[in-house]
Amino acid sequence: MRHIISLLMENEAGALSRVAGLFSARGYNIESLTVAPTEDATLSRMTIVTTGSEDIIEQITKQLNKLVDVVKVMDLTEGRHIERELMLVKVKAVGSGREEMKRTADIFRGRIIDVTDSTYTVELTGTGYKLDAFLEAIDPAFILETVRTGASGIGRGERSLKV
Amino acid sequence: MEATGAEIVVRCLAEEGVEFVFGYPGGAVLNIYDEIFKQNKFKHVLVRHEQAAVHAADAYARATGRVGVALVTSGPGATNAVTGIATAYMDSVPIVVVTGQVPTPAIGLDAFQEVDTVGITRPCVKHNFLVKDVKDLAVTMKKAFIIAATGRPGPVVVDVPKDVTAHRTEFEYPATVEMRSYNPVVKGHTGQLKRAVQMLLEAKRPMIYAGGGVVLGDASAQLGELTRKLGFPITNTLMGLGGYPATDKQNLGMPGMHGTYEANMAMQHCDVLLAVGARFDDRVIGNPAHFAREQRRIIHVDIDPSSISKRVRVDVPIVGDVRNVLTEMLALLKQAKEKPDATALNTWWTQIELWRSKDCLKYNRQSPIIKPQYVVEKLWDVTRGDAFVTSDVGQHQMWAAQYYRFDKPRRWINSGGLGTMGVGLPYAMGVQLAHPEAQVACVTGESSIQMNIQELSTCKQYRIPLKVVMLNNRYMGMVRQWQEFFYGSRYAESYMESLPDFVKLAESYGHVGMRIDKPEDVEAALKEAFSPALKERLVFMDFQTDQTENVFPMVEGGKGLSEMILAEEL
Repeated sequence: MRHIISLLMENEAGALSRVAGLFSARGYNIESLTVAPTEDATLSRMTIVTTGSEDIIEQITKQLNKLVDVVKVMDLTEGRHIERELMLVKVKAVGSGREEMKRTADIFRGRIIDVTDSTYTVELTGTGYKLDAFLEAIDPAFILETVRTGASGIGRGERSLKV
Repeated sequence: MEATGAEIVVRCLAEEGVEFVFGYPGGAVLNIYDEIFKQNKFKHVLVRHEQAAVHAADAYARATGRVGVALVTSGPGATNAVTGIATAYMDSVPIVVVTGQVPTPAIGLDAFQEVDTVGITRPCVKHNFLVKDVKDLAVTMKKAFIIAATGRPGPVVVDVPKDVTAHRTEFEYPATVEMRSYNPVVKGHTGQLKRAVQMLLEAKRPMIYAGGGVVLGDASAQLGELTRKLGFPITNTLMGLGGYPATDKQNLGMPGMHGTYEANMAMQHCDVLLAVGARFDDRVIGNPAHFAREQRRIIHVDIDPSSISKRVRVDVPIVGDVRNVLTEMLALLKQAKEKPDATALNTWWTQIELWRSKDCLKYNRQSPIIKPQYVVEKLWDVTRGDAFVTSDVGQHQMWAAQYYRFDKPRRWINSGGLGTMGVGLPYAMGVQLAHPEAQVACVTGESSIQMNIQELSTCKQYRIPLKVVMLNNRYMGMVRQWQEFFYGSRYAESYMESLPDFVKLAESYGHVGMRIDKPEDVEAALKEAFSPALKERLVFMDFQTDQTENVFPMVEGGKGLSEMILAEEL
């Protein structure tokens, strides 16, 4: 099962490596990991997408909670939540392909944010599945470069992760 | 008042009431050593290898319940300390290790004796710090001591760059430090406690399984009261030996790979298992799938939530300090109207006595060659079961655990989790310094002892009168045993050739050496070693033991607890 684990941790040097080290030392999967400071500069918010059985996910959240720098942990997938990922794709855009690419980007509500006479750079946000779908919708031969941030997530409604 | 970083380190240690700092100087910690030279609040013990410094600090902590302290330099000082740190980590021992670091401007430039200490130690510490600003030093030291000693204890490393030890700042040692990210659970959940007590009272075939958490959490008194009140059988793990008196009839001995027949059978066939400060590790329950084949309800008390339902699913998890939880359980038990089911308990004890009658720890007492088990039994007799016993790792460790019946906690000091050969001698040093009047025996083998034999020199310098009980079978015994059982008796590299003359070796360090070849001389040698005449001396006893003796019972790796090999079956 895929889980999105959100956590708040002290924004200190080495904090990220404690989390990354925990995952590699215990053989847990990381599909993606994003981290940045919050409105409170002493805290970082991290979103980890991982997969594993219920037992493993239970261990992951317990082990994360055990890290001294970690303030709070929440498994977003336990409740209603919103997930978003940002992707930048540089594609070949020449001749008739140019119009086709623009149309596909529009369908996915992507925005073209950089243009040359032979390329577009498309910005897309959405769930990971949506970004995958876009990549599948265009001819792989046109893809010059993709950059994905990995998922960020937040609980719906009142549900929030705060100190 | 203004102070340098080095003064701050030393004054923080004094403020914490540290008695001993085990260490080894080097470039990056010279400022700190200069301050140590000028003070008289604590004693510095100069070891001969940094690994031993950490082991000695670790043993000091295990024997006293206080935080052990080691001090090493940067680079190789820190890497040598890693084995000691990992050993303490696996057994949840509270220690603070201060490591020197190259000056902050040199960090990352591959400076002389530079190593990423925080990076290297990260997976084997409870927490670690790199102090880049002298203003953070005192608070960090306070945090280190708090983190090491509270919750599930563990080692904390404080890495201090040399320039930080020279910088000056206003010094005030904080009485305490709040950490929003660190709040260990102390009290057990009331609802769960009630469920647990109810379950215990309904049990037909109950079993108590107590681990190192009982010793670390100073909960032996509460465990004893609860066990006696319930009248249930109990087993103490390797780390929990002494948590409940071994000589008491309710104690079935140790469980696990080399546990007793009765303890393992009771673990396997009980209907309610109360696990206290134990973690169902692979050496205790064997194959978890086999363990789960029998239906039983499990109550698991542990300070560390991640220890619960890690290897075995439990029915009643109780996160909390074991002493608090057991105290609450006792109170609930006293209020309860029901009593344990006496008839069922009787039947259960009859079954257990039947298992016990196998006498699984019997061995050949008529042997003309010294049996290692006999040496440990005699050690128990001679020290009246009241010594502190450290061990190294291997067969001798198991024999010490099986045959030295520990009645008190903190008397048995060994590396259970990491299984570090070479801990025995530095462990005994730490214990003897902590308890100068106590009898301290290091039960070791000729292979393990050589991994930190240089510490005989430290023992000479500080006149540490520990007694080395070396069971010398000229083999890495446990390796040999596995090779005999599982590798067609192909003894690859497990024979210890070219051994030194240990008697002369001990003597060359100014100690007393003895070599014992015959069973009839064992008791006399031990008596002499522990006699008042040699009270002030380190005595190194080289017992020439049976080369082919094996440790029984044995549960082969991957097998179930009830699938033991017993001595007579071979």
